[in-house]
Amino acid sequence: MASDLLSVPAGFAAADRPAGDDTIGEINKYDFRTESKPVFRAQRGLNRDIVAQISAMKGEPQWMLDFRLRSLEIFESKPMPRWGGKIDVDFQDIYYYLKPADKQGHSWEDVPREIKDTFDKLGIPEAEKKFLAGVKAQFESEVVYGSLKEDLAEKGVVFTDTDSALREHPELFREYFSTIIPPEDNKFAALNSAVWSGGSFIYIPKGVKIDFPLQAYFRINAENMGQFERTLIIVDEGAEVHYVEGCTAPMYTTESLHSAVVEIIVKRGARCRYTTIQNWANNIYNLVTKRAVAYRDATMEWIDGNLGSRLTMKYPAVYLKEPGARGEILSIAFASKGQHQDAGAKLVHCAPNTTGQIISKSISKNGGRASYRGLVRVEKGATNSKCNVVCDALILDPRSQSDTFPYIEVAEQDASIGHEASVSKIGEEQLFYLMSRGLTEAEASTMIVNGFIEPLVKELPMEYAVEMNRLIQLQMEGSVG
Amino acid sequence: MADVNAAAESNGSKPNDVLEIVNLHVSVNGKPILRGVNLRMLRGETHALMGPNGSGKSTLGLAVMGHPNYEITEGRIELNGVDLVEMEADQRARAGLFMAFQRPVAIPGVKLADFLRHATTNVRNPNRKEGEELLPMREFRKELRSKMEHLRMDTEFARRYVNDGFSGGEMKRAEILQLAMLQPKFAILDETDSGLDADAVRLASESIAEIGRKNMGLLIITHHDKLLEHNPPDFTHVMLGGRIVETGGVELAAELYGHGYDRIRKAYPEAEAENRAMLEKEEPQTVA
Repeated sequence: MASDLLSVPAGFAAADRPAGDDTIGEINKYDFRTESKPVFRAQRGLNRDIVAQISAMKGEPQWMLDFRLRSLEIFESKPMPRWGGKIDVDFQDIYYYLKPADKQGHSWEDVPREIKDTFDKLGIPEAEKKFLAGVKAQFESEVVYGSLKEDLAEKGVVFTDTDSALREHPELFREYFSTIIPPEDNKFAALNSAVWSGGSFIYIPKGVKIDFPLQAYFRINAENMGQFERTLIIVDEGAEVHYVEGCTAPMYTTESLHSAVVEIIVKRGARCRYTTIQNWANNIYNLVTKRAVAYRDATMEWIDGNLGSRLTMKYPAVYLKEPGARGEILSIAFASKGQHQDAGAKLVHCAPNTTGQIISKSISKNGGRASYRGLVRVEKGATNSKCNVVCDALILDPRSQSDTFPYIEVAEQDASIGHEASVSKIGEEQLFYLMSRGLTEAEASTMIVNGFIEPLVKELPMEYAVEMNRLIQLQMEGSVG
Repeated sequence: MADVNAAAESNGSKPNDVLEIVNLHVSVNGKPILRGVNLRMLRGETHALMGPNGSGKSTLGLAVMGHPNYEITEGRIELNGVDLVEMEADQRARAGLFMAFQRPVAIPGVKLADFLRHATTNVRNPNRKEGEELLPMREFRKELRSKMEHLRMDTEFARRYVNDGFSGGEMKRAEILQLAMLQPKFAILDETDSGLDADAVRLASESIAEIGRKNMGLLIITHHDKLLEHNPPDFTHVMLGGRIVETGGVELAAELYGHGYDRIRKAYPEAEAENRAMLEKEEPQTVA
C-alpha cells in the first residue's frame, strides 16, 4: 500500500529520518515551506500509511510520527461512547487530510442555499472567494495583524499555527503537547492526536498581559478550516491573554467530522480566556475535547458558543490544580431542527481553596435537542472548594427537547457546591408586554432569547456580541439550519 | 396603519383622533367579565375609570391593548373608525395605543435602552419590516437621555434589564419613560395597585402631566386620588359588574374618593348583583 501512494523526497521518509530533537534544525535548513511539496493524492480512509503520509507531508520529527501512530492504535482500540449523541460516521469514508488546493476544488454551487443566504444576511461580501480560498481572514485584518505581530514578537509572544510551532519552537512544544489531553483520554482525542493539522499555538511569557483578544483568523493559513485542529496555549506566570476562535459565518465543509483538541496551561497568577463562537451547518459532527489546567491563583475562563451542527459534544474543562485557582465556564447551546447539542462543562477541584462557576444556557427549537452534561468533582484534599452551577434551558416549542445530566462528586465535607437549574419557555406575559410596545411576536421572541443568553454575550468582544445576537436572530427565523 | 392615520386626517376641519369602545363583551377562560362597555375618547381628553373590585376595570384595559387571554366575544374597538379587534397587540401599539402596567413583567438580559430603541423604531415607523434598520443609535441615545433628564431619571437606569429587580417606583418610572418615548395617541394607565407608595404615584402623575396629557387621550384606571390631582379627569366613568354604569365629571371622582361606592351599588342593583357573583367565584385575573 505504501508504494503506490506518493513519492516522498529523500530525507522526509520516516525511515530516513534520524530520531532526536537535534535534527529538527536540519530539516528547517531545507526551508520546508518553499520546497516543492510532495504530491499527496487526496484519499479517504484512515490507516497507518495515511497517518505516516500526513506526518511526512509536514516534515515532522520522529517523535511526532510515533505519537500519531500510537494514537491511531488507541483510536482503533477504543469503543464509541455510549452516551451523548448518535454518531453515524463511517470512519473510513472521510478525508483526513486535504491540501488547501483540494479544498479550493469545492465549487460554490455545491454549498447549500441556506449557507449562502446566511453569508448574505450577515453582510459578508466576497464570501465565495474567501470560502474557496479557505481563509477567513479579511484583507483589513491582515494589515492589522501585520503591525500587531511586531508588537507581540517584541514581547516574546509566540502566536502561530500549531504546525509551524512544532517546527519553530520544538522544545517548548514538546514540553506541553499532549500533557493535558493524552490520546488515551477518549476516542476522539485519540483520533485528533493521530491526524491533527492546524490550530493555534500561543505562548505568553511571564508577566506579559495582552490587552486585546488574539483571534484565530489572524493566522493566515489555509488550514484554518481544518477538521482536526489542535490548539495549545501556554500562559506563563502572571501573564494574561484572551483568545477568540471561530467566526459567525456558517462553518460548512463537505467533510462532516470535526474533532478538535484544545489544551491550555495557565500558570501561577496567570489568566486566560478562551472564547469560541461557532455556527455549524447541519451536516457537521462537532466533537471537541477542551481542557485547561490552572495553577496557583490562576484563572481560566471558557466562553463557549456553539450553535447548530448535527451533533455537538463539548465539555470545556478546568482542572484546579493548586490553591487559589479559579475556573469559569460559560456555555451556550442552540439546537434547531435536526440538531443535537450535548454540551456542558467539567470543573475538578484538585487543591484547597479553589473556586469555580458554570453557567450553561441552552435553547432548543423546532424539534432540536439541547442538553447540559456537566461534572463538578471535589477530590480528596481539596478542602474549602466552592463551585456554583447554573443551568437554564429554554424550550421554544413542544417539539423540542432539553435534558440535564449533572454529575456531582464530592470527597470533602466542607465543599460548597450549588446547583440551580431552570427550564422555561417564552412567557406569554413577556411576549404580550413586548408586543404591546410594537414588537412583532417574532421580534419579541428573539429579544427574549437574546436576553436569555445575555450573561454570556456580555463577555464577548463587541463585534462578536453583535454577531452573536444576529445569529440568534437568524436561528429564530429558522433560516439557518 | 395608514388607514388609522388617514381616517384621523379626514375627520373634518379640526382633525382629532377618536378611540371608541362599542358594546364590548370580553371573556377570560370562557367566563364573561365585560358585559357591554361603551366609551368614547378624544385625543387630549383625560378619562378616569373607577369601580370596586371585580368590576372589570383592568380587564377593559387589557382587552383594549390586545392581551391574548382576553377574548372579545362581541363589540368593537375603533380607532378613527378602524376596528382593532382583529389586530394583535403590536399592531395596536403601532396604531397608537399604549398601556402602562402596574407591575410590568421582567425581561431578563434585555437592556431598557435596547428594548426602547426597538419599540420606538416600530411605533414611529409602523410599516417597518422585520430586520430593517433601527433608529440610528446616536440620535436615539440623545433623545432618550434628554427625556430621562426631563423626567429626573438617572441615565444609568437605561442600562438595567427591563423590570428586572426594579422597585415599584422604578417600574412606574420605566413605564412613564416608555410613554414619553412612544408618544401614543391613547394611553391606558393601570393604577389599580394601591400598594404603591405615594411618592411614586405623585412623580408618575406629575410626569404624565409634563409629558403633555393634552397630546394624548388618557384612560386612567385608578384608586389614587393623587394621580387625578395632577391630571383632573374630563370624564369619570364608574364600572360595576362589567359595565360602565355612570359617567360624570371631576366631581364624581371626588365623590367616590370621599364616600366610596355605596351610592352606586344601591343605584344599580343588577350590576351590583353581577359584581358580587363575579367576586364569589373569582379566579385571579391575569395582570401584566
